[in-house]
Amino acid sequence: MKSRAKRNLVEATAGYIFAICAVIAIFAVCSITAYMITKGTPAFSTVGVSELLFGMRWEPTAAKPAYGIFYIIISSILGTGGSILLGVPVGLLTAVFLTEVADKRLAALVQPAVELLAAIPSVIYGLLGLMILNPAMYKLEKLIFTGSSGHQFTGGSNLLCAVIVLAIMILPTVVNVSASSIRAVPDELRAASLALGASKIQTIFKVTIPAAKSGIMTGVVLGIGRALGEAMAINMVAGGSVNFPLPFNSVRFLTTQLVSEMGYAEGTHRQVLFAVGLVLYIFIMLVNFALQKMRKEAAGHE
Amino acid sequence: MNDHAGSLLTEKRKRTQDLYLRFLIFLCASFTVLLLAGIIVYVLMAGMHRVSWSFLTSVTSVLKGTVGIAGNIVNTVMIIFMTAVIATPVGVGAAIYLNEYARPGKLVDGIEFATETLSGIPSIIFGLFGMMFFGQTLGLGYSLLTGSLTLILMVLPLITRNTQEALKTVPDSYRHGAVGLGAGKWHTIRTILLPSAMPGIITGVILAIGRIVGESAALLFTAGSAKALPRTIGDLFPKVFQSGGTMTIQLYLSATSEGDFETAFGIAVVLLLLVFLINLGTKSLAANFDVTRKK
Repeated sequence: MKSRAKRNLVEATAGYIFAICAVIAIFAVCSITAYMITKGTPAFSTVGVSELLFGMRWEPTAAKPAYGIFYIIISSILGTGGSILLGVPVGLLTAVFLTEVADKRLAALVQPAVELLAAIPSVIYGLLGLMILNPAMYKLEKLIFTGSSGHQFTGGSNLLCAVIVLAIMILPTVVNVSASSIRAVPDELRAASLALGASKIQTIFKVTIPAAKSGIMTGVVLGIGRALGEAMAINMVAGGSVNFPLPFNSVRFLTTQLVSEMGYAEGTHRQVLFAVGLVLYIFIMLVNFALQKMRKEAAGHE
Repeated sequence: MNDHAGSLLTEKRKRTQDLYLRFLIFLCASFTVLLLAGIIVYVLMAGMHRVSWSFLTSVTSVLKGTVGIAGNIVNTVMIIFMTAVIATPVGVGAAIYLNEYARPGKLVDGIEFATETLSGIPSIIFGLFGMMFFGQTLGLGYSLLTGSLTLILMVLPLITRNTQEALKTVPDSYRHGAVGLGAGKWHTIRTILLPSAMPGIITGVILAIGRIVGESAALLFTAGSAKALPRTIGDLFPKVFQSGGTMTIQLYLSATSEGDFETAFGIAVVLLLLVFLINLGTKSLAANFDVTRKK
C-alpha cells in the first residue's frame, strides 16, 4: 500500500515538472517582451516620438546630439525587401528544380547543398562578403561615380552588398519551405493539366506553383523574418554610417546599429539603442503573427 | 488555313518559352550548388594554410609570438556543454507535457504560440535580452554563464519541436500496451516513450549544438570576447563566471576591428568543418528516426 502511495506521488510530481518545463517558453516570451518594452520606451519620452522615429539626423556623440532613426528603419525595410526580390525567385526555381525537374541523382546533389548553405554560420557569410563583394563593389562604385561630387565613397561597403548577402542567407529557407509545399500538391492536378495538353513547364508554372502558393508565401514571410533579424553578416559588409538607403550608400540597419554601438553607448544614446531594439522587436512580432496566422489557415484547409 | 498557322505559331512560342523557363530553373539550381562549392573552395584556399596544430592549441599572444584559438575553442565547448545540459531536459520535458499530458485548451495554445514565437525571435534580440536580464538584472555580467542562459532560450524550441515530432511517431499501441500492463504514465514515458523517441531527441540536441557553434549576435553582449585559456582543469569552473568569446566571435573581431583576415579564415575553416560534421550527424540519425521501421 505504501509503495502505491509513493508511486502516485512520483506520477503526480512528474506531471508537474513537465508542465513547468513547458510553461518556461511562455515565461520567456513574456519576460523578453516586458524587457524590450520597459527598456525601449524611455527614449521616446526623452527624445520625442516623432523626432526619434522620423528624425533624419543620427549624431549621438555630437555636441548637440540628434537621435533620428528614420534612415535606419527604412534601410532595414528596403534591405529586407531587396533581399526578398533577389532571393525568392532563385529559391523558388531551385525548389522547382528539386521537386519537379531533377532526377534522383541531381536532386541528391542539390538537396545537401541547400542544407549545408543553411548550416554555414553568418559570420562566414559576412567574412566572404567583406573579402569578395566589397572590393568588387568598390570597382563598380569607382566606375559609376568618378567625377560626381555628391557621392561619398564607401570602399564598397554598401546597401547592395548587404542585400546580396541577405538574399543568399534566406535562400535555404525559401527553397526548403517552397519545396515541401510543392511536394504537397496532389498529383491529380499535374496529371489533369498534362492530359489537357499543357507542357510540363506550363503545368509547373500555371498549375503546381499556384496550388502551392500559400506554402510558398509562408517561406517568403519566414525569409522576411530571417532578413530583418540578421545582424552580424550584414554588419560586416554594409558599412558604418547612417545614410539614406541608396544602393551605393553605406547604411546601418536596426540590427547592425545594435551590434556596432551597444558596446560603448551611454546615457540617452544607450536608451535610443534600446528603442531601436524595440522597433526591431515590433517588426519581428508582426512577421511572427502573420506567419502563425498563415500556418493556422493552412492547417484549416486540410 | 489561317487558324492552323496561328496555332502552329503559338505552339512554337510555347516551346521557346518552355525552353527559356527550363533554362532559368537549371540556372538557379546550379547557382545554389556552385555557391556552396565556391564558399568551400574560397574558405579552404584562404584559411587552410593557417590551420595547424599550434593554431588549435595555443592562444594568440604578442609576447610569445603565437597565433591560436585554443581559448576560443574551450569557450565554445563550455558554452555548448552548459547550454545543452540545461536546455535538453527542459525542452524534452516541455515536449512530453505537450504530447502526453496536456489536453487541448488555452494553456496548450499559449505554450505552442510561445514556442513558435521564440523560434522566430532573431538572435540579436536574445542577445539584448540576455545582456539586460542575465547580465545586468541578475548581475552575471559578461560571462560564459550569461551566454549559455541566453542560448538556452534560443535553442529550446528546436529541442521541443524535434522531441514532439519523435513522440508523434511512437505508435499509440505502445502506450496502450504499457497502460494495459498496469504501468503508470511516468513509467511508460521513462521505459517506452523516451527510448523510442531517442533518435529524434538526439537530432534536436545536435541541431541545437549546430546553432550554438554558428551563433554570434546573441553572444557578443552576453559572453563577451575574452580569449584566455584556463591553465588547469581547476580553472575551468571560475571560467563560467568570466567573459569568453567563442570561435565565431573571434572570427568577427579578427575580420573587423583586428583586421587579421588570416586568423579569420583559419577559424572559418574550423567552423565549416564542424557544421558539416554536425549536418552529417543529424542526417545519419534521421535515417532511423521512425521507431516502427526499426528492427
